[in-house]
Amino acid sequence: MIGLLVAAPLLGAAVLLCGGRHLNRTGHWLGTALAGVSFVLAAVLFVDMLGRPGDDRALHQHLYSWVPVGGFQADIAFQLDQLSMTFVLLITGVGTLIHLYSVGYMEHDNRRRRFFGYLNLFLAAMLLLVLADNFLLLYVGWEGVGLASYLLIGFWQHKPSAATAAKKAFVVNRVGDAGLAIAIFLMFTTFGTFAFGPVLANAEEATQATLTGIGLMLLLAACGKSAQVPLQSWLGDAMEGPTPVSALIHAATMVTAGVYLITRSGAIFNAAPDAQTAVVVVGAVTLLFGAIIGCAKDDIKKALAGSTMSQIGYMVLAAGLGPIGYAFAIMHLVTHGFFKAGLFLGAGSVMHGMNDEVDMRKYGGLRKYMPVTFVTFGLGYLAIIGFPGLSGFFSKDAIIEAAFAKGGTQGWILGAVTLLGAAITAYYMTRVMLLTFFGEKRWQPDERGNEPHPHESPKTMVIPMVVLAFGSVFAGGLFKFNDAFVNWLRPVTSFEHGHPPIGVAAITTLTVVVLLIGVAAAWLQYGRRPVPVVAPRGSLVTRAARRDLLQDDFNHVVLVRGGEHLTRSLVYVDNKLVDGAVNGTAAAFGGLSGRMRRVQNGFARSYAVSMFGGAALLVAATLLMRAV
Amino acid sequence: MSADPSIQAASGVHTLWTHAAEAPSIEFLQLSPALIVLGAAVVAVLVEAFAPRSARYALQVGLSALALAGALAAVIGLAAGGWATEKAAVIGIGSLALDGPALFLQGVILAVGLVSVGTFAERRLEPVAHGARVDSFAAQPAAVPGGPGEREAIKAGWTTTEIFPLLLFAVGGMLLFPAANDLLTLFIALEVFSLPLYLLCALSRRRRLLSQEAAVKYFLLGAFSSAFLIFGIALLYGYAGTVSYAGIAAVVDGSVENPSPALAAAMGNDALLLVGAALVLMGLLFKVGAVPFHMWTPDVYQGAPTPVTGFMAAATKVAAFGALLRLLYVVLPGLSWDWRPVLWGVAILSMVVGAIVAITQTDVKRLLAYSSIAHAGFILAGVVAVNPQGISSVLFYLLAYSFVTLGAFAVVTLVRDAGGEATHLSKWAGLGRRSPLVAAVFAIFLLAFAGIPLTSGFVGKFAVFKAAAEGGAGVLVVVGVLSSAVAAFFYLRVIVLMFFSEPAAEGPTVAIPSVLTKATIGIAVAATLLLGVLPQYFLDLATQAGVFVR
Repeated sequence: MIGLLVAAPLLGAAVLLCGGRHLNRTGHWLGTALAGVSFVLAAVLFVDMLGRPGDDRALHQHLYSWVPVGGFQADIAFQLDQLSMTFVLLITGVGTLIHLYSVGYMEHDNRRRRFFGYLNLFLAAMLLLVLADNFLLLYVGWEGVGLASYLLIGFWQHKPSAATAAKKAFVVNRVGDAGLAIAIFLMFTTFGTFAFGPVLANAEEATQATLTGIGLMLLLAACGKSAQVPLQSWLGDAMEGPTPVSALIHAATMVTAGVYLITRSGAIFNAAPDAQTAVVVVGAVTLLFGAIIGCAKDDIKKALAGSTMSQIGYMVLAAGLGPIGYAFAIMHLVTHGFFKAGLFLGAGSVMHGMNDEVDMRKYGGLRKYMPVTFVTFGLGYLAIIGFPGLSGFFSKDAIIEAAFAKGGTQGWILGAVTLLGAAITAYYMTRVMLLTFFGEKRWQPDERGNEPHPHESPKTMVIPMVVLAFGSVFAGGLFKFNDAFVNWLRPVTSFEHGHPPIGVAAITTLTVVVLLIGVAAAWLQYGRRPVPVVAPRGSLVTRAARRDLLQDDFNHVVLVRGGEHLTRSLVYVDNKLVDGAVNGTAAAFGGLSGRMRRVQNGFARSYAVSMFGGAALLVAATLLMRAV
Repeated sequence: MSADPSIQAASGVHTLWTHAAEAPSIEFLQLSPALIVLGAAVVAVLVEAFAPRSARYALQVGLSALALAGALAAVIGLAAGGWATEKAAVIGIGSLALDGPALFLQGVILAVGLVSVGTFAERRLEPVAHGARVDSFAAQPAAVPGGPGEREAIKAGWTTTEIFPLLLFAVGGMLLFPAANDLLTLFIALEVFSLPLYLLCALSRRRRLLSQEAAVKYFLLGAFSSAFLIFGIALLYGYAGTVSYAGIAAVVDGSVENPSPALAAAMGNDALLLVGAALVLMGLLFKVGAVPFHMWTPDVYQGAPTPVTGFMAAATKVAAFGALLRLLYVVLPGLSWDWRPVLWGVAILSMVVGAIVAITQTDVKRLLAYSSIAHAGFILAGVVAVNPQGISSVLFYLLAYSFVTLGAFAVVTLVRDAGGEATHLSKWAGLGRRSPLVAAVFAIFLLAFAGIPLTSGFVGKFAVFKAAAEGGAGVLVVVGVLSSAVAAFFYLRVIVLMFFSEPAAEGPTVAIPSVLTKATIGIAVAATLLLGVLPQYFLDLATQAGVFVR
């Protein structure tokens, strides 16, 4: 049953990618249906899980062992507990909606069948990632989503920018993947197994240094996949992919895999406080980093990408807080999955109506032309800025409280950072909202002279947006009600109530106040006066933020240049020393081979002589063995 | 026992005779695999004699496939009935063993034979000759190559359907070879499968002279090695006074109760035993193609019709290693201190010579021949482990290797130019650009030969080396791994050649085969990947089967 969850989209990927042209007309519906099948299966499993008591909800399924040799046990085995279930529902649910959306969005693309094949492949890999019961299988899923992400970012491979972005995402992710691999090696040498159960149960028995090492390597992996500082640079460029991809992979699901990894390995981080501190620092830095980038971008998808980075920063920060934060990290992850996917789909809908224009300075006043998009996007907007009563309010507020509850100076700093982040979030999201839907219309004909005719998108696109908008509005309240979500996850992640130094009511009030400040600032800047179509030069900070806070320049100077010098010297050593030795050996064997084949002269008589000699040797050797 | 005093007086080898005289019970059921195949072979000879020429092809193909499938079903039935484990027994008046290794290897040989029927019967590769589709075998083998007799036979569209009874006889002999439980049966089984193979080697439609030369060489050298083998048997009989495996083993152990005076004297004379054992070993090592008895391999593999090469390379190795295992583990375990170092040497030589000489080969079939020599060395490493894992790892290796070999040679039959198969490596350059599927399939087989993970070759090699290491043969493992590295070079070189070189201007074309060859290649690929990805079931099967009846 659990295996079927993965098998359905995998089958879809296989059929769609190998199926050939005659699937062009029906393939997208097949892909969507199989995603739907997975979702229905997940729902059935969910209901079944609810029927069992809290501590008895995890399911295990062992499919087979790949060459069990001595202590090496590589199992294909699944584990479905509350944490996995949460992800499975999110992945299959949002995944199905986005499949449906893509039917409309990719309607005019003649490679649509392949697109759905990749999407199904992504679903299968992502489900494998969250359902694995050991780190090795998780790694398989981890690489699988990386591959799907690469294929989908570069889906429009005829555009050099898309091809480059795909390559960049792949290369940056390799760094993180190497971290995960090393973490798995360390785990195997320390604990002798890959399985979650024994590794996590015995985590405290390892030495502090080992645990810190494993934790930091896991963090590196999480940074790569979740676009956290210092491996954040690929996410903005990844927006070159089709918008449904940005919504599914680079907002709702794949980029949150890092949070999953940290939460899943909670026992290791709990026992390694230094690694945990590193997690918090990475989260806090990324939270502000992404938010600042989000403020400066004029490309609607890149602004949203900055926001994604920042929101995942919140989650990583919460996961780094330990048992007081895990549940809130996952809760924010789920609500974020709803509203960010909804926002991206809204952005896609806008682009669909605007001849694929992404520059928000060339939008304006769209609310009259696309009312449904406006309303759903607006609800997503209210949710992400944490408007009281909506999803984001509950989940973000919980993280801010937990940050304060960390205690000591750290608690105050983290609390302040999260509050500042909330203010900036309100600012840049209001900016997006105002630039896109309010004000004067600032459309211009594109290079080919086509005047955009903004219009509402087709039903297949609108329905998913509406469903996600419902999630953005109600999910948070539902989770918060009676602490339902925290109690649901408690058997897996363990939970402690945090006690912030100032009252919960005070924190909530503060949150709302900074929210209003952010909105007001944006309104003063973009709502009150007309927006110039060409971006003003801006301050130094603005310009830096437009260049993604100089991340690429930094990478270029430090890594690329340094790497070039390193590789040049390595190539020198390789050419002179290594190749010399290798070629020498090869030449030696080749020469030997040439000499030895001369014995094979084609005459049966020589062959017989060699056999006779061999037999004589055999007899002599046997007798000799007895003699000595 | 009969009351007749003259019969009671008989002893020694004559007991066999006396038992036969009083109508012993024959276990027809347990003997059924070999009986089916050999019976079908006899029927096939009759078909050849009496059926009209036009009907023979269909009849022979159907009969062979049916017989081999039936025998395979019988083997599986026997194994499922427990004959491989708790009911394992010595049958056929002591001449044959029915146990795990015998049934496992018989199953492999039958599967190989069955799949080979496909490549033997393939008639889509050669151009149509005068309106008739023909296979890769000579039209009129008895005619002088290129002479008028042959031309007329080609014009008449004749084909040599005798290959099918020959194939069946060869398979029949191979079934008995690893099951033989006395030295005479061993020898007879050897001849029963060798003689048809000599003939098959001579039957190539293209390059007849090369084919006939190969057959003559194979026959001469095979006869030469048989002489050694039979001489070794004579010496062993002289030593132990019996040809039965259990009997010899008992004498070697010194566990014979009340030996006759003559036997008591012989038991002290180890020279007979050692020389006899060495010569019998040599006869078997010739069949597996181990250095220094390997010289025939490249010439014969290259000259023989490629379907025959594929069958021979796979099945002979399985049968011969089966017999070798039984001889070493059942007859001579008491002598293992004597034969282990010798076989160490042979294994090392085979791995090193096979791998190194293969580097400079320019013909695909010769390359695969040297590769088979190196693989014989790898398998020997498992043989000398002298532990239960040694047996089961060798069984698994043989299963894996035989399908990879079959598949690789089947691919070779597809790549053709005007002169028939284009076996020179330079012609294979750029094949991956023109026929990506064929090249990819061949690449899978090459990777399996090289022992790359996720192919059966990796699992087999790993199992063999692991057994050898646990059996205390660490040096062998080191040499084995180093030779694998050398071998990987020439396997990968072919892949590089196929995929990364510019296609040759006058390059060969890939013939589109009928479903027969497609099935062969498909089964081989499936087996290669299945045994590489999901080996556990088959490893368990080999472990279960790895117990000899004594």
